[in-house]
Amino acid sequence: MSVLFSHYNYWVVIVLMMIGFYIVIAQGNLVKKLIGLNIFQTSVFILYISAGKVSGGTAPILADGITLYSNPLPHVLILTAIVVGIATTALGLSLIIRIRDTYGSVEEQDVRAAEGNRKQESC
Amino acid sequence: MLSHLPILQVILPLLGAPACLILWRPRIAWAFSFFISALAFIISGLLLKQVWQGGEIVYALGGWEAPWGIEYRIDLLNAFLLLIVSGLSTVVLAGARQSVAREIPAEKQTLFYVAWLLCLAGQLGILATGDAFNVFVFLEISSLSTYTLISLSRQREALWAAFQYLIVGTIGATFVLIGIGLMYMMTGTLNMADLAQRLPEVADTRTVFAAYAFIIVGVCLKLALFPLHAWLPNAYTFAPSVVTAFLAATATKVAVYLLIRFSFTVFGKDFSTFDVPLHSIFIGLGLIAVFSASTVAIMQRNIKRAIAYSSVAQIGYMIIGLGLGSVLGLQATLLHLFNHALMKGALFMAMVAMMLRIGGITVDDIAGLGKRMPVTALAFVTGGLSLIGVPLTVGFVSKWYLVSAAFSQGMWLVALLVVLGSLLAVMYIWRLVEIMYFRESPEQAPRGEAPLTVLLPLLLLVLGNIYFGIDTRLPVSVTEAAASSLLVEAYQGVQVGGAK
Amino acid sequence: MELLLDISLLSMLVATAIGIAVSRDLLAAVMLSSIYGLLSANFFVTMDAVDVAFTEASVGAGISPLLMFATLAIVGRFERYPHQRALPALLLVVLTGAMLILATLDIPAFGDPNAPAQTHVAPRFINESGTEIGIPNMVTSVLASYRGFDTFGEVTVVFAAVVGVLALLGSSLPAAGRKLPDTLLQASNHRILRIVSKILVAPIMLFALYVQFHGDYGPGGGFQAGVIFAAAIIIYTMLFGLEAAMKVINVTVLRVLAAFGVLLYGSVGLVAMLNGKNFLDYDALAADPVHGQHYGIIVIELGVGITVAAVMMLIYFAFAGRLIDRSHKS
Repeated sequence: MSVLFSHYNYWVVIVLMMIGFYIVIAQGNLVKKLIGLNIFQTSVFILYISAGKVSGGTAPILADGITLYSNPLPHVLILTAIVVGIATTALGLSLIIRIRDTYGSVEEQDVRAAEGNRKQESC
Repeated sequence: MLSHLPILQVILPLLGAPACLILWRPRIAWAFSFFISALAFIISGLLLKQVWQGGEIVYALGGWEAPWGIEYRIDLLNAFLLLIVSGLSTVVLAGARQSVAREIPAEKQTLFYVAWLLCLAGQLGILATGDAFNVFVFLEISSLSTYTLISLSRQREALWAAFQYLIVGTIGATFVLIGIGLMYMMTGTLNMADLAQRLPEVADTRTVFAAYAFIIVGVCLKLALFPLHAWLPNAYTFAPSVVTAFLAATATKVAVYLLIRFSFTVFGKDFSTFDVPLHSIFIGLGLIAVFSASTVAIMQRNIKRAIAYSSVAQIGYMIIGLGLGSVLGLQATLLHLFNHALMKGALFMAMVAMMLRIGGITVDDIAGLGKRMPVTALAFVTGGLSLIGVPLTVGFVSKWYLVSAAFSQGMWLVALLVVLGSLLAVMYIWRLVEIMYFRESPEQAPRGEAPLTVLLPLLLLVLGNIYFGIDTRLPVSVTEAAASSLLVEAYQGVQVGGAK
Repeated sequence: MELLLDISLLSMLVATAIGIAVSRDLLAAVMLSSIYGLLSANFFVTMDAVDVAFTEASVGAGISPLLMFATLAIVGRFERYPHQRALPALLLVVLTGAMLILATLDIPAFGDPNAPAQTHVAPRFINESGTEIGIPNMVTSVLASYRGFDTFGEVTVVFAAVVGVLALLGSSLPAAGRKLPDTLLQASNHRILRIVSKILVAPIMLFALYVQFHGDYGPGGGFQAGVIFAAAIIIYTMLFGLEAAMKVINVTVLRVLAAFGVLLYGSVGLVAMLNGKNFLDYDALAADPVHGQHYGIIVIELGVGITVAAVMMLIYFAFAGRLIDRSHKS
């Protein structure tokens, strides 16, 4: 029972991560894949931030009369990771727009079919 | 200034990239990025010399000592790889201008060179750093710019290839991030040397096991280790010609480096070979990669794709050496990193020349090429011979070390399979030789060699293939020292853990 | 109370994630993902990560959905096919999840002050940053100084993203004097929107400056400031059109600014090297190390802010330009 209370936070985060991961690999729409990737990454961020929480601590900004702070290091790492995430999203979306221009669709199935047809023609 | 060498070679391309964007004119951008890349190459040469003479170099960024700050830590292993990556980038860039001018629209050429510098900086940063999280950051710099470089191709399939790579690459990077996070939770540190000290205490926990698994799977996605290789053939086939030459020669090397660094330095040989059955997994996957990818390579019509599949096979060889877990096996892997960079550099650079003159790269385009572009064809064949592992080429050296490493551990079956795998390489290379030399050229096919600016770098790479196949002192002595220092240090790590 | 908050936030997150997975209307999925971003920002606040919450709110609930909406306007809003490979995907996901749950069994309990993460490296930041760096916000201290090189990498990632976006969509970047279709400016006919946002744009910019320079003392810093500043311009553009925005903003200047921010950051490091210290060692910037740290942090945060603001605007303009190209064609 104590494991449940001390770890349920992590487990829920893992469920979130896996929902995101599922969207990335199982869904054919490219925009949806990127949304899934965002969910996946954001959930990893939650995992990190949870690891930095100290019970009874406060935000890591020095103030008089406070002795217990949460750990600032995971916060810094995740700030960087969030920025990396949005950079990837922006680039991925631009690719999707160009894919739509060239293939007329943003569904993995259609793009693969178009690729397959082309290959047969060239053989 | 000598004490700043470790950081200089990363920040040169890192700051060169935005400067290049401000310069804007494509011709200047090319000259500028070549200059920067060449400087990085010279610095990495000096670094290797420094490390060879004086041992490991530690550089504290921001003046904050590790584990509180980020440190660069250069030992023989990464000094050697820094030399490979910056060297190949420089040689390929030297021959890139005409090819880029032909394959990439004028208004995007500057962006191309900016992305190239970023990619180079990212790779050098991954190699030089001694901080696990910093690896993630620089991994993403190199990945994002690689997606850009691939998508700049004129072929429409490149967009889809880049997107596939973006998804796989981001999943891989996120897995690495999860692994780093789990390690941090167990040890409280991100510094690799510090991790190596603190991980043995918690080595028997499920968390550390999972951390290792996530990092390895994440890196193997970037490495395109069978069966996680699906993105690579498309990316290599449709990327601009010079990008393929650059990536094939460098990107997989960096991923293999990460595998070695995490397995042997961070987690330690003790953990990665005894607690995890990595031995058999790596050797098995490596062998499957060699046979399946080589077989597929034989059937390709597009020779760029054929050689791309051969890269998947060659990654197999590197992984086998790693899986052997011995000094000799690791040395074979390190040698193959160097040699593979040379041979893939030569092969893909030859294709740069072909694309430039004949504009296509299928088996029909290259029919009779031996007469039309004799120098390029010969260069391609030499690269191919090296790929097979014919004596007097670099390919022979690494195969020799790999086979003898397997023999010395009594794994004669592995040794035999490695040799058999080379026969498959004979098949796909011979097929191309036959087409180039014994088939008639199509009528009105363009003829004549590519300009000297492309030929010279190509010949340099071919000569490298032969020179280091005969005079093996430099790579052999460096890799021997690097391999034994990695594994011997790991053994010391075991003793410390055991004494407790 | 905290437990209750925790549980309700987590369950809302799960519900949102499932909603995204199930929905075949991408517009709904993007809205839900923006809610997901906002909920996780809330969660970060309960975990004391105020800086992270700030950033996640501006990225996860701001920029990211904005770009996705723009993309949907171009590529269409409905998924065409049901899930592919649902079963193998599910197997893989369950396997990965099981591995992770196994991994958590041995990690220290949530909130444990004696966990290695809390006792090994972090105490130095908590106990010493006040005297070594001299600013109250430890996150800023670590981000800008102790791990300043990571942040340099982070700016470079942002820069790498804009290089990619320009390479892909750069041809539709709006140039001055380009005629815009009226349909895109419908929002500007809406009187309330027009007046309210006209009033808001200036204070938003002012707030961006506040966030930029107050990052030492409270949550905030260059990245958040850059995003907020760009948001002000983006709101203006949405209402009054690209044409109006292009009168004040020049794409070439933005491109140079994006590069300039990175160079500014790097040059702080180079100056430190010229003064005989290591790269990014701000101690070298003034006679008194703490002053040096302070100067260094101000300048690099400015570099981050400039690059991020320029990049966000460029990315938005590239997407908007593509949207206009499309409506021209149709």
